[in-house]
Amino acid sequence: MPFALLKYGLSSEYPAEVDLPPPTELKASYDVVIIGGGGHGLAIAYYLAKYHGVTNVAVLEKAYLGGGNTARNTAVIRSNYLTSEGVRFYSASVKLFQNLSNEFDFNIMYSERGQLTLAHTDATVRAFRQRAEVNKHFGGRTEMIDRQQIAELVPSLNLDPGHLPVLEGLWHRDGATARHDAVAWGYAKEAAKRGVEIHQLTEVQDLIVEDGRLTGVKTNRGTVRCGCAVQAVAGHSSVLAAKAGFRLPIVSYPLQAMVTQPIKPFLDPLVSSSAMHCYVQQTSRGEVVFGGGSDPYPLYNTRSTLELKESLIASGLEMFPFLAKAKLMRQWGGITDMTPDYSPIMGESPVENYYLDAGWGTWGFKATPICGKTMAQLVASGGQVPDLIRPFSLARFANFEQVNEMGATAASH
Amino acid sequence: MKILNCPLNGPRNISEFVYGGELKTMPDPATCSDREWAEHVFYHDNQPGMITEWWFHTASGYWFLAERHLLTDEVQRTFDPGELFRQRIEFSREESAS
Repeated sequence: MPFALLKYGLSSEYPAEVDLPPPTELKASYDVVIIGGGGHGLAIAYYLAKYHGVTNVAVLEKAYLGGGNTARNTAVIRSNYLTSEGVRFYSASVKLFQNLSNEFDFNIMYSERGQLTLAHTDATVRAFRQRAEVNKHFGGRTEMIDRQQIAELVPSLNLDPGHLPVLEGLWHRDGATARHDAVAWGYAKEAAKRGVEIHQLTEVQDLIVEDGRLTGVKTNRGTVRCGCAVQAVAGHSSVLAAKAGFRLPIVSYPLQAMVTQPIKPFLDPLVSSSAMHCYVQQTSRGEVVFGGGSDPYPLYNTRSTLELKESLIASGLEMFPFLAKAKLMRQWGGITDMTPDYSPIMGESPVENYYLDAGWGTWGFKATPICGKTMAQLVASGGQVPDLIRPFSLARFANFEQVNEMGATAASH
Repeated sequence: MKILNCPLNGPRNISEFVYGGELKTMPDPATCSDREWAEHVFYHDNQPGMITEWWFHTASGYWFLAERHLLTDEVQRTFDPGELFRQRIEFSREESAS
């Protein structure tokens, strides 16, 4: 057997696959510069190259591919939102996710388990009924289920946690997870194959704005001119916007999550409860992921705090008491750019030729494909905003037309 | 456990406090434009440096100001708003013509 393996390795019929071409020098100018090499930035580059034939594109990433918030989320995919604008947008994302492994010919480990959100009060039950109806209207698979059905779906769940007995549940069949790194790398690989340049360790230090138009960016590797640029830097949206000379309706909070050592599979759906500020899921490796609310005040720092861990674990154990014996393996934090209406900001900015992909708070990963696709349309058309993302413009705040999704967050932030 | 120094009650556990947003100057709601009002309500500097912000001590119902670094979480100073707001603010009562 080892001999066959050696033969396979040396055979020219199976050449080593190159994910990304080796780094090159930065060109003096590009048609499009994308600032931020996370899932979103790479997805925009991929769809630009694939559907619009725009390949003179550079993705500039200050650290490593998908090393920022793409690597720091809890990889939940769902579309059970509250507003018609939100449901339409996130439903389109779920549909793209479902076919992404085929499209890339690369396994992103998309795993459709369904998401169960628990209602502990009559008010929540009513709000969930509305969400289920809005969701069904736009083709999502969402329904209300009772205690009996919840017990059959998740036998290990404690239906009477402390002072908050479970009344009903919002069962969202389209809820899923995917491997976040694989999503970023899938996009990177396919974009690079089509000619997009991906520059890691390339930090954008300043933006060149002349007469209200963006004409280039200054990086730690020199100045680059560009036809237009997109900022896709979750966690630092306000910082970059300030360099372009404007402010955003964003406050940045840390969001912490943690994972236990792997245990036997016991939990198929993703279970969340905003009343208990906690969501729980088991990965395909058997680890149990806990996520919850954001830190109570803004900060640009991903440090771990004991308070958040304690409250998160307390809620997690109310839901699944037997996890008391599990050992925590890892903890991490990311910076979430929260907007006042809990919806993202996509589209034009006050600076011409400078597009925004910002304000992704705690809902960025699940929007990766559709955000990439629609932002690519916007960029390729030279500023024509696609209908799907029109409601998420920065102008909605000045016009008082917010898209209020606060009630649809997985844990209340 | 993080401790915040309340100018009225002394050092207290951070869980006794609620964050109240960046300190901003409020435009006169009767005379400002919609744009200025939106700027005031929704927009923030949100830069990773030293900022002045409002905090509320829930147990005693007391609002105060703090200077905190948004990157290091270091609180440099907490002080009574009386240091900044020495005069009563009067807003114009006249409705803008519409």
